[in-house]
Amino acid sequence: MATLVGGRMPADEAQPDVLVRPRAPADKSAGWLRRLRRDQAMLLLALPGVLYLLIFVYVPQLGNIIAFQRYLPFLGFRSAFVGLANFQQLFAMPQFWNAVKNTVVISLLQLLLYFPAPIMLALLLNSLISTSVRRAVQSIVYLPHFISWVIIVALFQQILGGTSVASHLMQAVGGKPVDLLGVPSLFKWMMTVQVIWKETGWGTIIYLAALLSIDTTLYEAAAVDGAGRWRRLWHVTLPGIVAITILLLILRLGTILSVGFEQILLQRNGVGEAAGEVLDTFVYYYGIAGGQWAIAAGAGLIKGVVGLLIVLGANKVAHLFGQPGVLA
Amino acid sequence: MQSIRPAWQERPGAAMMTGKAIALILIVIVVVYPFLSVIATSLASAQDVTAGGGLVLWPSHPNLSAYRTIFDGGAVAQSVWVSVGITTIGTLASVTITAMLAYALSRPILGGRIILLMALLTLLFPPGIIPSYLVVKQLGLLDSYVALVVPVILNAFNFVVLRQFFMNIPTELLDSARIDGATDLMILTRIVLPLSKAVLAVIALFYAVTTYWNSFFQALLYLSDNAKWPLQLVARQYVLQGSPILGSVAYSTTNSGNPPPTEAIQMAVVVVAIVPILIVYPFLQKYFTQGVLSGAIKG
Repeated sequence: MATLVGGRMPADEAQPDVLVRPRAPADKSAGWLRRLRRDQAMLLLALPGVLYLLIFVYVPQLGNIIAFQRYLPFLGFRSAFVGLANFQQLFAMPQFWNAVKNTVVISLLQLLLYFPAPIMLALLLNSLISTSVRRAVQSIVYLPHFISWVIIVALFQQILGGTSVASHLMQAVGGKPVDLLGVPSLFKWMMTVQVIWKETGWGTIIYLAALLSIDTTLYEAAAVDGAGRWRRLWHVTLPGIVAITILLLILRLGTILSVGFEQILLQRNGVGEAAGEVLDTFVYYYGIAGGQWAIAAGAGLIKGVVGLLIVLGANKVAHLFGQPGVLA
Repeated sequence: MQSIRPAWQERPGAAMMTGKAIALILIVIVVVYPFLSVIATSLASAQDVTAGGGLVLWPSHPNLSAYRTIFDGGAVAQSVWVSVGITTIGTLASVTITAMLAYALSRPILGGRIILLMALLTLLFPPGIIPSYLVVKQLGLLDSYVALVVPVILNAFNFVVLRQFFMNIPTELLDSARIDGATDLMILTRIVLPLSKAVLAVIALFYAVTTYWNSFFQALLYLSDNAKWPLQLVARQYVLQGSPILGSVAYSTTNSGNPPPTEAIQMAVVVVAIVPILIVYPFLQKYFTQGVLSGAIKG
């Protein structure tokens, strides 16, 4: 059975205790009816959550069936099956491939430029001797994570838009006023810069914790053996964060086809479909707004399946290199 | 926590110290400046805006007329109440359901493994936009506030964090309560929840801010009646798409004197959307690490 991040199975640690009503593997022999009676209060507690999962997670998964139907809203899920016809139509659409291309390019830019940023910031913060300075910087850089995309886009327009500081600087050096957020060729870079601004600080939390848990005697021993600052970084610090980095990298790869939906939906119209359409906005504009339900559901399904396959594949590779990965 | 350099560590050179200091100062400026710029613009008068050609570095005549305008009835004031209501009710409901499920699955119960797997798989394969929309539509929840809460009421990540925390509570403690005759529900309300106040606060913050207060897409998807819109969607319309704000018309006709400039009103809306977060942030900040890590790093 798969164990996700932090998902230790409860039976591993249950302590059988005959004095109290035991909740342990030992009583598997006791019929399930008895276990049901014993656990009825707990099962009732779980019920609302389970109902939620069934209705709003698993029923929609079944709803993906419309990707294989000639979906008509008034017929609903009883629409006629058409096999893979929707996918053939989808793959023949240049708009779909444009959305795939934009999505992958933005994802790769973020992987290259955003992913290392929290690691570097965490290393910088970890190297500070003064805890008060570190704490102060931490509380400032965590903040943007809690600001909504609508507001982030507003902030960026304020700084980089047509009447912004950047535009005024351009004019000051003799250029024309420029709206950096409205230039199609810069769009993918801007999306990446926004993610870096919003998430770098928050991203450091997990690396800082890993760095703090490195045994300080390792540093001491390395220093006594004559390792300088950089050799300690290479031989002690970096090995201490490899496992968590790989885990986060795998999870990141799994979302390669879903770049910031709200972020891009808000800004796509500023640069047009050719530069700004990504898979999620494609699904939204063609499905919800355009009424091509089956085609859009097909695109969404492909996105989900590819993401899942990438996570499983990357996890396999991590195992081959002797790393724990995401799934045990 | 100590701030003393260990004996084995060499003092960094002046160049490195300066480099680090400059890097940190730059990072802080890059994060903080946009907020200051927004606040400055929201307080600016019409002269300030025209003097700077739309850019306000520091308002020479700061005033609150932009805020008075948006709270003088109208769409923004209405949407603030909508957002406050959804955030309050949604957060309470989410924390309750998440805590119930997390507690039930933190002990070995009948069918617990299957339910756990169901919850965890949503992390790997979340439902698509179209099927989710169709389910909400089938349930007749379109144009209802229920659609902004129920479809997102449980977050798998928050569930994992909370369950991991509950599992780290010593079993002996719960068993001794059981010997004393406590029921499962009593154990949850009298022992487990009081021990988990800090992590519950962080989960509540995550839900309140990320799932409810900041979300605009749920509302865009499910609410076609714009009189029902929450703040983020109204902010998108007035600030990003530049639609004129209804309240400002009322202001300029009923009040003599200069109406606040559009830029100031727009940035005042932005400030209104940020302020609640700034208020709760300092109180919860010290628990972040605990909240994020109890779930993410294997326990």
